[in-house]
Amino acid sequence: MDAAQHEDVSKHMGQYYVVFVALLCLTAVTVGVSYLHLARPAAIAVALVIATVKAGMVAAVFMHLISERKVIYAVLIITAVFFAILLLLPNLTTFEHHSGLPGT
Amino acid sequence: MSETVIPYMVKPHPVTGIPNGKFGIWLFLASEVMLFGALFSSYVLIRTGMPHWPPEGGLSSEVLNVPLATLNTAVLITSSITMVLAWASCKMGSLPRFRLWMGATIALAFVFLVVKYFEYSHKFHLGHTPSHDNFYAVYFTMTGLHGLHIVGGIIVNGYLLGPGTKLWAKDPEHFTNRVENAGLYWHFVDLVWIFLFPSLYLL
Repeated sequence: MDAAQHEDVSKHMGQYYVVFVALLCLTAVTVGVSYLHLARPAAIAVALVIATVKAGMVAAVFMHLISERKVIYAVLIITAVFFAILLLLPNLTTFEHHSGLPGT
Repeated sequence: MSETVIPYMVKPHPVTGIPNGKFGIWLFLASEVMLFGALFSSYVLIRTGMPHWPPEGGLSSEVLNVPLATLNTAVLITSSITMVLAWASCKMGSLPRFRLWMGATIALAFVFLVVKYFEYSHKFHLGHTPSHDNFYAVYFTMTGLHGLHIVGGIIVNGYLLGPGTKLWAKDPEHFTNRVENAGLYWHFVDLVWIFLFPSLYLL
């Protein structure tokens, strides 16, 4: 390993520790908020926003997505689109329920 | 006999700009997103179709063990940073440090499984098996699949810590790439838990 690479890694060390501490703090916040017993939509929103922020930090810093090649971004964009479709699929049951078609 | 070598395992492929192994692991993770996505989607469908969740009353946070799951969240987050440090040690050319951090990562993975074992056995003791109701079916399917991923991570990381280390003497850069790829997988397993924890235990 050459010296340049050595320096490159040690520069990022601080970032790794900051993210580590932030992840622990956000976990504490998620658990803390759950004891407030917020109304269901607010509770879901808060929990998912915090989880998304945590996941974003893991992906960006630990998985080095912040400085990754375009080809990986392309793969992930396609994945995100299909993931969104997958999560929206349960809505189809609601549409069918309200359509009043025979057999519903 | 001539040795067959997979091309571009160390040098970036001219088309993608990254080594083949790294591209492969990202495609695999994309398929993993769909696997867990299908389960999350099914969970939403099952849950929204139920008049009450958990069906027997109470709250998820009262039925499941939140303190233990919080502990396990911290354990996995810590194992993610030890994994990064294992990879960084390779980058900085220190095999002993790699051994230390990789050993810590594997130990933390075992801690996670032990905690999960206590959670599961308590549920079984109460007769709350996967067939008990939809709530436990979802809980055991999702945490069980995640647990299998932890076991998979232990196997891969164990190989890299044990016999896999031989590659270090021959080609340290190739070995470092393998550690990076194992790390990408491990962080993904952490990432899945980051969503599983609030959606199963807290909401």
